[in-house]
Order: sequence, then structure tokens, then C-alpha cells
Amino acid sequence: MTESLDLELGSVQTEEMVLNMGPQHPSTHGVLRLKVLTDGEIVTRITPYIGYLHRCFEKHCENVTYEQVLPYTDRCDYIAAMNNNFGYAVAVEKLMDIKVPEKVEHIRVIVAELNRIASHLLAVGTFGLDVGAFTPFLYCFRDRERILDLFEMLCGARLLYSYIWVGGLSHDLPVGWVEKAYEFLDYFEPQVEEYNNILTFNKIFIERTADVGVLPQEVAISYGVTGPNLRGSGVKWDLRKDDPYSIYDKFEFDIPIGTGVVGTVGDCWDRYYIRVREIEESVKIVRQALEQLPRDGDVHEAIPKKIRPPKGQLYNRTETPRGELGYYIISNGKPIADRLKMRSPAFTALSCIDEIARGWMISDVFAILGSLDIVLGEIDR
Amino acid sequence: MVDYFLNLFADVSWLAAMPAGAQFLLAALLAGLPLFLFVAVNAIIAVYAERKVSAFMQDRLGPMGQGVGLHAGKWGLLQTVADALKLILKQDIIPALADRKLFILAPFIIFIAPFVAIAAMPFNQHILVADFNIGVFFLLAVGSVGVIGIILAGYSSNNKWSLYGAMRSAAQIISYEIPAALSILTVIMLTGSLQMQEIIKAQSGTIWGILPNWFIFNNPFTLLAFFLFFIAGVAETNRTPFDLPEAESELVAGFHTEYSGMRWAFFFLSEYANVFIVSGITAIVFLGGWQSPIPGYMDGPFWGLVWFFSKVVFLILVMMWFRWTFPRLRTDQLMRMCWKFFLPASLVNILGVGLWDLLVN
Repeated sequence: MTESLDLELGSVQTEEMVLNMGPQHPSTHGVLRLKVLTDGEIVTRITPYIGYLHRCFEKHCENVTYEQVLPYTDRCDYIAAMNNNFGYAVAVEKLMDIKVPEKVEHIRVIVAELNRIASHLLAVGTFGLDVGAFTPFLYCFRDRERILDLFEMLCGARLLYSYIWVGGLSHDLPVGWVEKAYEFLDYFEPQVEEYNNILTFNKIFIERTADVGVLPQEVAISYGVTGPNLRGSGVKWDLRKDDPYSIYDKFEFDIPIGTGVVGTVGDCWDRYYIRVREIEESVKIVRQALEQLPRDGDVHEAIPKKIRPPKGQLYNRTETPRGELGYYIISNGKPIADRLKMRSPAFTALSCIDEIARGWMISDVFAILGSLDIVLGEIDR
Repeated sequence: MVDYFLNLFADVSWLAAMPAGAQFLLAALLAGLPLFLFVAVNAIIAVYAERKVSAFMQDRLGPMGQGVGLHAGKWGLLQTVADALKLILKQDIIPALADRKLFILAPFIIFIAPFVAIAAMPFNQHILVADFNIGVFFLLAVGSVGVIGIILAGYSSNNKWSLYGAMRSAAQIISYEIPAALSILTVIMLTGSLQMQEIIKAQSGTIWGILPNWFIFNNPFTLLAFFLFFIAGVAETNRTPFDLPEAESELVAGFHTEYSGMRWAFFFLSEYANVFIVSGITAIVFLGGWQSPIPGYMDGPFWGLVWFFSKVVFLILVMMWFRWTFPRLRTDQLMRMCWKFFLPASLVNILGVGLWDLLVN
């Protein structure tokens, strides 16, 4: 009797279940599809399928003039459009050897850092949403809204700015903008404490994120992960300090790295907390830049009449909220680029998801995905 | 209330001529109708309250009326009514590959559980649909019927997210019933009765002349039992931080992903009915039910109703506060909390109450 029962149980077939996460799913941060192989609630393999948002960015760039590429860069990382404009403008300026005025540099840094704050607020808020906390998300959006209002005042757009042009800016600062910016900083600085109280040091939040999805240093480096995700793993690498562009070498700020305060170095909590601390650092940079901002000067001064870089090629990288954004431009002396390649930081971040999420539970996959802070517009391009 | 209607029927000649079975059925229907209305109105008010409470917690306004006329009423008061109307009018979709019979059955089972449970709940000294001598036991037993509906809904939808939600829900609700029942046991040990009204009556009078003699203040163990029961109760209602079965950012909508329109509304109704029941049981068993907080004052049946509802509303607001503050736990953490902390604690509690009763009283 016992023997036959054993046999019966032994012949019970168990198989892994394929779970399709997305493209229509509330927590995939865009149109991403993850094919997840699950054993019960345990994840055994994740395969990301991308391309649902592919808009031929690089092919477009081979067919439109350098000026016309700019709006497309907005639409790559639409959460941090200023930073994308910035990277592209710096790359083309280097290629053409243009020197932009001090005032333009300062305004660029101010808007880029404000956009970094806005982007990190979105990352922090949606990460809270991914682990089930709804309120921090709306707190973050409430404050992000104020930054968007500042940008609206600046250039009329709230999401896709096309504000930083090659050689200059589309508009000068409107009257009263600097005061508004100060007002925002004064309001915003104490708010970071509120996020920490409601989310960062919440016991359940720490339970959910500490020690989860650990990204070890070597793995992060070998996958080419950059930005807050790399710094969360304890690598002190930030292009604003290590390969300064624009006028970042003039400002004092720290590069926060993951220290494993509540768990292991490189876990979801570290990646999350890096962003909270980078918000504070960005506030510092914006304050310094506002103080040093030259009041007079023309922001259109250095804008070339026609962008026609000399023959040659160049790879230029800048630090966006998501990491190292690179533009590789091959010019053959025409007003249209021969080839333009974009190196997307979110793409490399997503590529390591199988490595770090394998063996965790389904709920953790969302926490890990949220902590990587990907933007599909940039991955698919 | 059923008995009341039966007595009434005896006086009316044509009703008295009906067979006894039909009379009983009619009486039960008449007693059930206000219950149904109560459950529906409760959900409408609770949803509105939840929207407003969450809005205030999140620096928003929540639903607001706009313009002239009845958009959503003043302060959005009619928002939930409008939503209910929309749900009734919505197309009823049953997925082609769903298990049709079970898919249709599931919302009813889920709804029946809280509906029947409210029947055993005393609102004041007199208003009580059915006063069972096994009241508390009945509430706990009926409360666990709902999980069958959740499993059926998850299984019959033929959707992987629903299946995950159902699996989680089954594990969660069954686990948390044990500490909940064990916590209530402490009170039953002190009163020696399962009858709801008896439990409430045992909480009259004062402790040292100041505090009302509610079980929450009776001794340290019942105080702990109150917290254990309330948290386990929140877990049974599937609300944040225990909303894993419907975790909207993980499982899309969990076990009710495939439901829409009125069928979905039944899940919603029963969720808020469950919230009411958990708060109601907590208020009755630990907070003196309809007893006045100042013993001896404002004790009439009307005040009984007021006190009972204010206690319940307070507890519901606490649950909403939880929901809009905490992140969600993970399945294994939830189970760990239940089996490694709640269960031992409630067992120790029973021992503690027994010793307290023996030594102090």
C-alpha cells in the first residue's frame, strides 16, 4: 500500500510556469515584457523582451540635420529630457569645437540638476508603488510638479523641453525665475526628510528591499551598469566628478555610494537610497550654480548659424539620472550625421535583471525592476 | 428579527394561512432586505470615505463636484453613487476560456460570507437580526467561507495572475484565522459565553472607577489580544499591508483581474463589508460594543447605536490609515509573521489570561 502511494506521488508531474509580465502590466515602467519562468512563487529565469517602444531614433538621426535631432533626444529618456539634451549638445559642441558662454553653462547645470531631482523623485515614488506604498508616490509627484512648473515657466514645456540647444539655450531665464528656483529649493529641502520618514526607514519597506536583488560590484561592472545602480553597489563612479564636462568641476558635492546600512551593499534598498541622497546633492549643486550665475549675457550668442561639424568621429558621455549616457557621432562634414549611436544607461541596467532577480520571488522582481529605474523610451530608442 | 416577523404574520389572517415554511422564508427575506441595503450603503459610504481620507493623507482633494448641476455632487458626495450606477450598467464580460459556472458562482460566495456575518452582529441592546448562542464562533466560521469564493474566482478565471492571487489568499486567510480565533478565545475564557450580547454585557461597569470595564483594559493579555486580533483581522480583509492577493502593482488585480461590472462590484462590496465586520467584532469583543465609554451615562438604545458605530468608524479609519501608510509585505514574510510571531503570542496569551483569571480575579 505504502509502496504504491510512493509511486503515485513520485510520478506527480510538476512543471515550471511561464508568466508573461507585460507589455500591459502596471509595474513594468513602460512597455516592457518580461518572460518569467516560475517555480511556485520562485523565479527561475527572466528574459526581458524589449522593442515595444522602438521609434528608430538612430535611423532618424541619419536623415535629419543636427538641429532636428534634438527633439528626438527628448523622447528617449522622457523622464530626464534636459539631461539628454545636455549630453547631445555637449557632444556636438565638442565635435565642432564651440565654447559656450559661462551663463549658458550655469543655466544648463541648473536645469539638468533640477531635472535629475525630478527624475529621482519619480524613481523613488514609483519604487514605493512597486512595493505597495501608495502615498510616497503622490508626495513625490507633488514636489516633482513644482519642478515641472519651473520648466514650464522656462520654456513652455513640461516634459519634453528641447531647451538645451547646440551652442546655447532656446530661451533665456524669464524674469523672476531665479527667485522662484530659490523658493522651490527652500521648500523642497525639508521634504526629503518626509520621504525618509514615510518610506526609507519604514520597517516593512526595509524588509522588502534590504538584501533583495543584490548586485555585486564585479557583476555591475561586467554588465556595464552605470549611474545610481553602480554607485549602489559601492563603486564611486560619477562622470560629473570623474570625467567632468561642462562646469561640474566648479561645484562641491558628494558622490553617495551604497554602504549596506540595512542590508548588503548593492541591494534594492541601497540603490533606492542612493537616489534619495543624490536628490540632496543635486539641491546643493543647484544652489551653488544659482549663486554663481552671471546675470548678463546672451544665451544665443554661441549658437552656430549652421551646424556642419568637420569630418571625424567622437564619443561623448555625460551623467544622466540613469547613468552614463553616451553619444557616438560620425560626421563626414555634412549637416546630417553619418551615424549617431546612443549608449543607453537603462539598457545595461535592464540587462542584468536575470542575474540579480533569479531565485527571488515574483514580488521581488517588481522591487528589483523598480530599483533599477529603467525608462523604456531610452532602452528601445 | 425573523421571530419578530413571524409573530407579526400570525396576526394577519391570509399570511397565517400560508404554510410554515413559506412564512419562514418570507420572514427571512424581510429581515435580510435591510441587511442587504446596509451592506450596500456601507460600501458606498466607506468607498467615499476611503477616497477622501486617502486624498487628505496625500495632499489631494479627492472627488470634488464641479460646475453647475449634479456632476459628482457637492464635495463629490455622489461620486460613489455614480460609480455604482456605472458598474450596474457595464457590460458583463466572461472570458471565453473561463470555467463559466464557477466564474459566475464565485462573487456570490464571496458576498454571502460577510452578509450572513452581519446578521449576528448586535448594533445596540435590541437591534440584532439573530442572537445565536454561538455568536462569536458563528462569525469566525462564516468569515472563512469567503476564501472559497476567492479560490474559485482565481481558479475559474483561467488567468495566471488570478491564480497567484487565489493561492496567496488561501494561504493568508487560513493562516491568519488561527491567531484571530485564539485571540478571541481569551475573551471567551473571561466571559464564559459565546453569545455576543453576553460578551458585551460582561463589559459593563468600570475598572477602578475610571476606565470602562472593556476587555481591552481588563488585563495586559487582553490588551495584547486586541492588537493581535485587529492585525490578524486586517490580514483577513486583504488590505494593505496584507493586500497580497490583489496586490495591484504585482498581480495586476489578483483574483479579480478578469471580473468587471457588477460581478466585480460584488468583490468590492464584500471587501468593505469585511472591513466593517472585522471592525465590528473588534469593537464588540474588546471595546465594549454598544457600551458607553463613560459607564452609567448616555446608556440608552439610541446611544448604544451611536457608541457602537463610532467605535466601528474609528477602527475603519485606523485600517484606512494603515492602508495609505504602509508598503506591502511579501508572501513569505507574511507567513513568517503569522506562524512564528502571531500564533505563539496568542497561545501565550491564552495561558496568561488563564493565570490572570485564576490569580487576580
